[in-house]
Amino acid sequence: MREIDYDLIVERTAELCEKAATRLPDDVKTAIKIGKGGETSPLGAAILADCLKNAEIAETTGCPICQDTGFAVFFIEMGVDARVAGGILEDALTEGTALGYERGFLRKSIVRDPIFNRENTGDNTPPVIHLTLVPGDKLRVTLAPKGGGSENMSAIAMLKPSQGRAGVVDFVVDTVVRAGGNPCPPVVVGVGVGGTFEKCAILAKKALLREIGSRNPNEEYAALETEILERINRSGIGPQGLGGRNTALAAHIENHPCHIASLPVAVNLNCHAARHAVREI
Amino acid sequence: MGFEIETKVWYCYVWLVMHATLAANGGISYKVRNRIMPSRRTIELNLPMSEEAVVALRIGDMVLLNGVVHTARDAAHKRWCEILESEGELPLDLVGGAVYFAGPAPAKPGRPIGSVGPTTSYRMDDYSPLVIERTGIRAMIGKGNRSPEVVEAMMKHKCVYLAAGGGLGALLADRVVSAEVVQYADLGPEAVRRLVVRDFPAIVAIDCHGGNLYESGPARYKLH
Repeated sequence: MREIDYDLIVERTAELCEKAATRLPDDVKTAIKIGKGGETSPLGAAILADCLKNAEIAETTGCPICQDTGFAVFFIEMGVDARVAGGILEDALTEGTALGYERGFLRKSIVRDPIFNRENTGDNTPPVIHLTLVPGDKLRVTLAPKGGGSENMSAIAMLKPSQGRAGVVDFVVDTVVRAGGNPCPPVVVGVGVGGTFEKCAILAKKALLREIGSRNPNEEYAALETEILERINRSGIGPQGLGGRNTALAAHIENHPCHIASLPVAVNLNCHAARHAVREI
Repeated sequence: MGFEIETKVWYCYVWLVMHATLAANGGISYKVRNRIMPSRRTIELNLPMSEEAVVALRIGDMVLLNGVVHTARDAAHKRWCEILESEGELPLDLVGGAVYFAGPAPAKPGRPIGSVGPTTSYRMDDYSPLVIERTGIRAMIGKGNRSPEVVEAMMKHKCVYLAAGGGLGALLADRVVSAEVVQYADLGPEAVRRLVVRDFPAIVAIDCHGGNLYESGPARYKLH
């Protein structure tokens, strides 16, 4: 059994928070560059150029890409042959989040209670943690800081099985089109299909972590991704919702078996600042 | 007298016409002569602004804001409206001013402000008509479309809605000269801040004549 020091996890988590907020992943930059080349709206192309310039400023000055440095959402893969020494994993991730957001001058965006006490917790905790046990003795921490603007435009539907493929495509496209300029397009569209209500939503969020340009390994789902992306980009919404070709940079679908009665579909949107960072400990 | 040349530089959505003078002693001086946008205008707007300045704006105009803007988002708007309803006016002079829907990241040492892009504006839709009516603001800065009620109040009281670059908070922070909390420090990032901005870029997204770029823009680029 490998022991992983609690304090090491705190430090690595803090570093991830700082990195994710200030460095736009290369796949996102590449997707914006490609999108800019095909943008027919001069204003849209100028906005995409500014997205790249903004990423460059963030990288060189350490100023966050976006002031909304998000809800800290962790996907953790914990090797079954590893254990945390000196504390529990959830506490380490929480402490690391507070440290990273303070040290990195990141915005604290979490309130204590959604209805009765909207007081800022002051350190951007608690984070949201999704834990999976995997073979081996490593701890793999993936952080996806999630901005509120695009999260608010997300949606879930429990479709009838009879609605099938077309029902899924329509729901996803409608969700993105209805969101308009609100989620800071061009967006990354994460789609979960199948599972239960909550499984479907988690799949949609997981889909946002996939590298842009990657395809669902199942050919039918890969074709669905292509169709959804094409339909979204025909909408004309464009960068910042002010018109153009680039409404989405990618559409990723994650699928799962589901109940005989169900066809759940969830859409989780990410803004063009599709931030995420990974660290193996 | 030396040699003079004019050249165009693409910068921040617009062409800058640079007028350079090469003096006889070898020194070079240059100044920005004009800013032009293909089929668009770029307008320098000084804040506070007049009703006439608002009326002259049309959707698609690029503006560069200079002067004071106040940040306020959900929680501050809620408090503002409670005060407006109970007392009729705010203890803050916003006449002719601009409200920026934003909650910045903390400033690093030596910087006036951290990342400071706009937040999504529709969440302020329930509050904006009253704020427009009672405070005399001439501009709102945010991102995303507004409700018919907000547009109606804008047309009636001559107010413009400007779209700033969503997710471009690092770039926009460079256009902020100074920032200070003037209200509701307890709200942290949601406190009201008085920003002094220089050449802060935005796009006229909804004008006071009912023009709406969130509708006409996508309609123009939609493929059937």
